[in-house]
Amino acid sequence: MSAEEPTKRTSRKSVAFTEEQIVVDADGSVTMVASNNDETTAMSHTPRTPPLSEALGAFTDAPAAADAAPVDAPLTEDAGDGLDLSLLKKKKKKVKTEAAAEDGDEAAPAGGDEGVDLTMKKKKKKKVVKEDEFAKKLEALKLEGKDDEEAAAAAAADSDVQEGDMEKGTGIWQHDETKTINYDLLTERFFALLSQKNPDHASSGTRSYKIPPPQCLREGNKKTIFANLPEICKRMKRADEHVTAYLFAELGTNGSVDGSRRLVIKGRFQQKQIENVLRTYIIEYVTCKTCRSPNTELSKGENRLYFITCNSCGSRRSVQAIKTGFSAQVGKRRKNKV
Amino acid sequence: MSTQIENLKSYDPFAEADDDSGQTKQTQEYIHIRIQQRNGRKTLTTVQGIPSKFDHKKILKAIKKEFACNGTIISDSEMGEVIQLQGDQRSKIREFLTDSEGGLGLDEKTIKVHGF
Repeated sequence: MSAEEPTKRTSRKSVAFTEEQIVVDADGSVTMVASNNDETTAMSHTPRTPPLSEALGAFTDAPAAADAAPVDAPLTEDAGDGLDLSLLKKKKKKVKTEAAAEDGDEAAPAGGDEGVDLTMKKKKKKKVVKEDEFAKKLEALKLEGKDDEEAAAAAAADSDVQEGDMEKGTGIWQHDETKTINYDLLTERFFALLSQKNPDHASSGTRSYKIPPPQCLREGNKKTIFANLPEICKRMKRADEHVTAYLFAELGTNGSVDGSRRLVIKGRFQQKQIENVLRTYIIEYVTCKTCRSPNTELSKGENRLYFITCNSCGSRRSVQAIKTGFSAQVGKRRKNKV
Repeated sequence: MSTQIENLKSYDPFAEADDDSGQTKQTQEYIHIRIQQRNGRKTLTTVQGIPSKFDHKKILKAIKKEFACNGTIISDSEMGEVIQLQGDQRSKIREFLTDSEGGLGLDEKTIKVHGF
């Protein structure tokens, strides 16, 4: 939509986007300062550069952006630039060229992308998200894919093909480049940079809650040792006893904790089975039902009820106490009495 | 048409309130299907909390025939009557309980399957 509008009515476009752009800018400056000091220098150039390069400056190395900014400033003025800061709007309109319209088209989506990213950043910043392996993998994949793409582009070596090194800012990625960059390339760049600079956010879409797999050892013939229970409990922020009670209730057995805080469960259990029980535990006692975040706390509220308080959305819900149901008498001897 | 009117007539606010409280109590009472390990590869399945409107003995008879396993009814002081079956029959018994034709036709939500 935003790409179509400018072609029809340029004047209206600038009005429509002015506010939004400023908001994004304000957001950006707030977050940028917090994340990287160098980037403030890049930000200072933003009024003279189109939003595209601003986005680039935010992500790529700040000095490079700073160098490039003065060069491209006179070349690229467009309506999209005017959106950036309303104060500088008049200047821009004077030197309007044909390329401006084209540039504006690409600038708008880029600005939108940036806006999305920044809001994400703002939200996520408060949380201290641990870097997980998935993000790394994703990054590796992305980088690989990008390399392949570049190689292919270089091989073609055509005016049609959009080539250039994204990192170095050559070819199509040059700051004074007026050609429209493909949507595919832009999105690719967006995700590549995101995974590069902020691996946490890159995986936010499919961010999964990871706990280390339970380690199960066999003690003798009839007992199973659950070795890394403390570690898992720490990850879930739950008391060992609570998890233990749940495990025993679900598995229909009992057990004990040995000297090195490992859990000894009576009966033979495979890792897969324990994993399943842990999964149900997480669904029932860890994840927030409202926002699905695992960042919750279990506390004993009034009336001897247990409550789960979500740290990310603030919702609170009560959970059932762990109850051991009927357990049939197994073996010859009855427990103490009838 | 006439049936509709009859339905409307049977709507008594006070009776409903009483009925409702009973209902909520019943929905809270889940049917628990559990599994227990015995010696070796052997297991036990226990079904706890089948509503008393059903004849446990008849259910057991049907189950034993259908699942080809043995089982008993244990009357526990706390849990009431519990059906105990040999082997891991959890998925089968769940189907049996929810099946509206050959089974009890209970609501899926009232059944909780425990264990690994």
